[in-house]
Amino acid sequence: MIDAVGNPQSVLLMGGTSEIGLAVVEAFATDRPLRVVLAARASERLDVAKVRLEKLGCAVETVEFDARAVETHSDVVRSAFAHGDIDVALVAFGLLGDNEQAWTDVDAAVELAQVNYTAAVAVGVALGKKLSEQGFGSLVAFSSVAGERARRSNFVYGSTKAGMDAFYSGLTEALRPEGVHVTVVRPGFVHTRMTEGLKPAPLSTTPEAVAAIVVDAVRNRRELVWAPGPLRFVMSALRHVPRPLFRRLPV
Amino acid sequence: MPNTSLRGWGRTAPTRANVVPVRSAADLTGALAAAGPRGVIARGLGRSYGDPAQNAGGTVLDMTGLDRIHSVDAESGRVVVDAGVSLDTLMRAALPFGLWLPVLPGTRQVTVGGAIGADIHGKAHHVVGSFGNHVESLDLVTADGRAHTLTPDDELFWATVGGMGLTGVVVKAVLVLHHVETAYFRVDTEQIDNLDDLMARQSVGDEEYAETVSWFDAVTTGPHMGRGLLMRANHATLDDLPPKLRRHPLRFDAPQLLTVPDVFPPGLLNRATGRLFSEVWYRKSPTKLGAIQNITQFLHPLDIIGEWNRGYGPRGFLQYQFVVPLERGDVVRSVLEEMVRAKQVSALNVLKRFGEGNRAPLSFPKPGWTLCVDIPVGGGLGPLCDALDELVLDAGGRHYLAKESRTTPEAIRRGYPRLDEWRKVRDAADPTGVFTSDMSRRLELTS
Repeated sequence: MIDAVGNPQSVLLMGGTSEIGLAVVEAFATDRPLRVVLAARASERLDVAKVRLEKLGCAVETVEFDARAVETHSDVVRSAFAHGDIDVALVAFGLLGDNEQAWTDVDAAVELAQVNYTAAVAVGVALGKKLSEQGFGSLVAFSSVAGERARRSNFVYGSTKAGMDAFYSGLTEALRPEGVHVTVVRPGFVHTRMTEGLKPAPLSTTPEAVAAIVVDAVRNRRELVWAPGPLRFVMSALRHVPRPLFRRLPV
Repeated sequence: MPNTSLRGWGRTAPTRANVVPVRSAADLTGALAAAGPRGVIARGLGRSYGDPAQNAGGTVLDMTGLDRIHSVDAESGRVVVDAGVSLDTLMRAALPFGLWLPVLPGTRQVTVGGAIGADIHGKAHHVVGSFGNHVESLDLVTADGRAHTLTPDDELFWATVGGMGLTGVVVKAVLVLHHVETAYFRVDTEQIDNLDDLMARQSVGDEEYAETVSWFDAVTTGPHMGRGLLMRANHATLDDLPPKLRRHPLRFDAPQLLTVPDVFPPGLLNRATGRLFSEVWYRKSPTKLGAIQNITQFLHPLDIIGEWNRGYGPRGFLQYQFVVPLERGDVVRSVLEEMVRAKQVSALNVLKRFGEGNRAPLSFPKPGWTLCVDIPVGGGLGPLCDALDELVLDAGGRHYLAKESRTTPEAIRRGYPRLDEWRKVRDAADPTGVFTSDMSRRLELTS
């Protein structure tokens, strides 16, 4: 259960090796040890994540999850809930891909769309159903500022996040009467494995800083947060910049 | 009302449940038979601060419709009441017969069923014990739909007293009330300017009073830290009353002045307003002996203001109440110091010395000091309370389940060493685990 000060007792991480996702789990676990379910494909990175959380006193289970295998997602979510309620579910899987390849190669584009959008929708539907049955819970979906306005440099990724963001924003409203709180998180440039070697954008941040924002959002039942916070104002300005000007901006 | 969002008096951690009104035995057995995998819990007036009367995804029985007072026997003091009757209603019915409910908590807006489930206590605990001590028998409907009349000779009776509704549903009870001549108190108030003096004064002469409690200020620091009011009273006799009150000595004198609107922003209670409130509260009652006061003035000053919990704003608040053995009164000061250090504001702090506890394995009171503080929910509160838990548990203390909303299963196991004994009786009464609540899941009270 989530207690009066917003501490959860159990967390499910869809995308069990996500650096941002794991940082959120760790941030919750510093106040209280948790029961954690990591959903990911078996890998060395997953084993490392499990050991790291166990060192914090968490009880960790793993569930086999392949974002590409959409037909398995209902079962994956069902087995994640098999050993008790899930208080906070994090949807934190995704691919950045190579934009130039993605808009010129059908297979690369479809893979991005399937993992970032189709799988996110499938998982969202399955999680929404389980959390509604529970009558409470928090669902956190990691979108991106890239979904707010498509840029030439990563518009395929951006388009998948735009769809995913719209779906979870709608799910926020749909699940509200069921007692389930959905939070959409829009991080900017985060220094992780995913962005290694890329040139950091302005207002870049770290997984730990994003985690602090997410923990606060869950505790205060916020529905949309940006990481870092000031991105909200930057993006709401950028969204209205005319195209001829926008394409000249160094963003 | 199916699928309703419920929360406790602290207005934190809402969850949704299918709320089923219970107005008859048939309603109850029907609801139990229809219980789904997420189980059932009974709810009264929702005055518990946390989540014991919530059941996320399951069924919550609204017991307030089961509200008949069956009989009042002026001679013996025996009353037969349904579980959904509030203590306020019961008092209004019993007072004309010269009968007084011996155990009254900080509000009268609790049901008889809830009072049994939480084994509530009042300012008279050192003399009369807790609510369960005054129950002659109770009717409990267990998970199989069968009704049992239980007396203090039954183990299940004591598992139900303080059992937070997890043994079954109390539908009716026989209580034994006390005889009084008037509805008024003869109150001695002492204004004392620091915590040590307050506790020292409270440690002598309590047995001469039917009711004792102190309020103190947790905002002022330095030499006047914990300055407060020691308030002790006996029931006034007819001779004690001024002529004006003597005409209607048993009149239930309990006014409510206003209801707080639900418009407060978060952070309304801060250090500045907390200091102001503490100053006013301290100044309003200079030392005065033998004052005649009505029930609201003495027992329930907060009942003057309806829905006062709204004053804490949308994020809600929690009440932290614990008991520590008498010889560990130092914990009271340590808790206060920790709160000041963490810059948390508690406007109303209530300190009381408990007398002997009863046989119920999960009953909260035991001989010792009990302190409760109200704290608005905000940043840093979780870690502070976790630190306070350690102080309390290391001293051999425990938490009050009716007010608990955030501790750990481990803390409850440490504070209630008879938990397993209770579980055994509970599991026998409810082998398939029909009765469950957000609290029982959160604190792992049931397996």
